Amino acid sequence: MLSFLLHFHPKKINPAALKFTRTFGLGGMAVLLFVLEALTGILLRFYYIPTTFEAYQSIVNLNSQVLFGQFIRNIHYWGSILLILTTFLHFLRVFFTSAYRDARAFNWIIGLLMLVTVFMFNFSGYLLPWDQLAYWAVTVVTNILLYIPWVGESFYELIIGGKELNSNTLHTFFAFHTALLPFVLLLLLFYHIWKVRKAGGIILEEQNQKSEKVDVMPHLVHKEGIVALVIVALLFVLALIFDAPLLEKANPTGSINPVKAPWYFAGLQELLLHFDPIFAAILIPMGILLFLVWIPYFNYDKEPTGKWFLSEKGKNTTLQTAIFSFILTILGILLSPGFVRFEKLLPGFPGYLSNGLIPITIMVGLVWLFFKYRLHSSKLLKEEKIQAIFVFILVAFVILTLTGIFFRGKNMELMMPWNI
Amino acid sequence: MSKTENNSNKKPISRRDFLTLVWKGLGVIALIEVVVIIGSYFFSNKKKEKNNSVRLFEAGTVNDFKNNTVSAFMGGHFYLVRLQDGGFMALSIRCTHLGCSISWEDAKNQFICPCHSSAFDIAGEVLNPPATKPLNYYPVLIEKGIVKVDISNLKDRNSVRKEQLIYA
Ligand code: HEM
Ligand code: FES
Repeated sequence: MLSFLLHFHPKKINPAALKFTRTFGLGGMAVLLFVLEALTGILLRFYYIPTTFEAYQSIVNLNSQVLFGQFIRNIHYWGSILLILTTFLHFLRVFFTSAYRDARAFNWIIGLLMLVTVFMFNFSGYLLPWDQLAYWAVTVVTNILLYIPWVGESFYELIIGGKELNSNTLHTFFAFHTALLPFVLLLLLFYHIWKVRKAGGIILEEQNQKSEKVDVMPHLVHKEGIVALVIVALLFVLALIFDAPLLEKANPTGSINPVKAPWYFAGLQELLLHFDPIFAAILIPMGILLFLVWIPYFNYDKEPTGKWFLSEKGKNTTLQTAIFSFILTILGILLSPGFVRFEKLLPGFPGYLSNGLIPITIMVGLVWLFFKYRLHSSKLLKEEKIQAIFVFILVAFVILTLTGIFFRGKNMELMMPWNI
Repeated sequence: MSKTENNSNKKPISRRDFLTLVWKGLGVIALIEVVVIIGSYFFSNKKKEKNNSVRLFEAGTVNDFKNNTVSAFMGGHFYLVRLQDGGFMALSIRCTHLGCSISWEDAKNQFICPCHSSAFDIAGEVLNPPATKPLNYYPVLIEKGIVKVDISNLKDRNSVRKEQLIYA
């Protein structure tokens, strides 16, 4: 068994790759969490009943009647949150060490697919308890699809299997969550790891590339073991202290207040409070996704250095952009729609102009001024420019998400976390 | 090896190349078949549901509803409203912003959505964003003084218009 598992690794490895701060072990943590989710998921399936009549009661029974039922459910719940976090951090680590170019370019695309799959995993699982939280969160997120011009409605009805959430929806989500997605993610995972090895292992800084190799066993494997133990311990502590939420059974005629999208979509929902849905739900997310897919294929000026943040200059622009994005996003959240109401300032304009193109043009203009006159973008390398754009989007996204999770209370009004 | 490849380029077509081509062709056909089978597997069920027959919900007699009132029919997922001029309209309980269920607030004379606080007037017109479209509605029929709502036929609209009202 052990020797089979060892085939994921090469026999020997460059000592620089062993340094924890090279990868922070994030990819490996994601693998571990995925395995733990699969195991606890299989256990949950023995008690869960995927029908709208029985799903909720089956979870209640699991929590109250089954020995360790609540505990297994809690591990699955916290594992899913940690999996999203580690996958996302791993994605950031890959980006900021420029490990997405040349031989690694296609693996970046595979990685993005895995990120999307992890989100879909989590989202399909969110509905399964069929409680008020699940029902309304999935309602608001799937309703976003209705804003896609022309095809939105048929797409929505295909996924939902009707006009509003019903037993078809639960069944489809269940099939995705417990059959299709595990299969897809497993295939992608094997391919992903094979690609890492094919590219000659993880990316290293130039001066380290030629050092003498050491055995993977024990040098890497023991380190991995320690990280794994820490993760499992953390997961158990979380699962022991904090129970996974469960509200009343889903009631299609009585929304709770407020209804929030699942936390990892809170940024998207926050965007919807400020911009016209065509922009907030479709054009902006699609644009960002396209940019991410494109990242490996820009014509870069230099070989990748494998350094964190490219260079000293890269570090500097990253910091400045982060601060700028932070300020701009917070101002945006505070000013609109409370103080600046574009649709009131420009009556008679359709929403996609007054609440879409016009404010977004203003924002893009500000960003452009910042890039040109503060970062002196004409003197930057291509990779430094791409990195600055990435950082701008990243910080805005994180701020929006945190706002959605922690600073929105009743009626989705802005408030301090302790007042919610 | 490279020699034979060069040769085969010049010759009309070698036996091996021909067979490879046949295999590839068969592969493509097989792939198309798989896609068609899976596709029809998924969509066949959808069609059956489409030609659903009309489902009528009997709300009550015309006189049960006074002018300028709102009555909730949660079982049918609609609010039956009778406007000032006596016209009937059956409004969907789903907010047009992101689909939460709205509730009628008598004191404010508005429908309010708990999710992101959109507000609508008695005819379903938007009073407060983020919703941009008026509430969807179901067709109302009045037969022999009985108000019936066709709950199988949800309709959306971009504005509230007189034609959407039904009079006794
Ligand atoms: C379930 C999700 C994922 C799992 C389990 C996973 C697993 C791994 C593992 C074990 C490694 C080896 C190095 C390390 O530990 O950092 C790795 C490397 C890599 N991952 Fe992922 N990954 C996932 C998602 C992603 C995502 C979202 C991206 C980016 C879009 C990505 C892109 C890459 C790339 C390009 C490498 C090579 C890095 C290098 O050569 O330095 N992966 N992944
Ligand atoms: S769903 Fe009603 S305001 Fe958002």
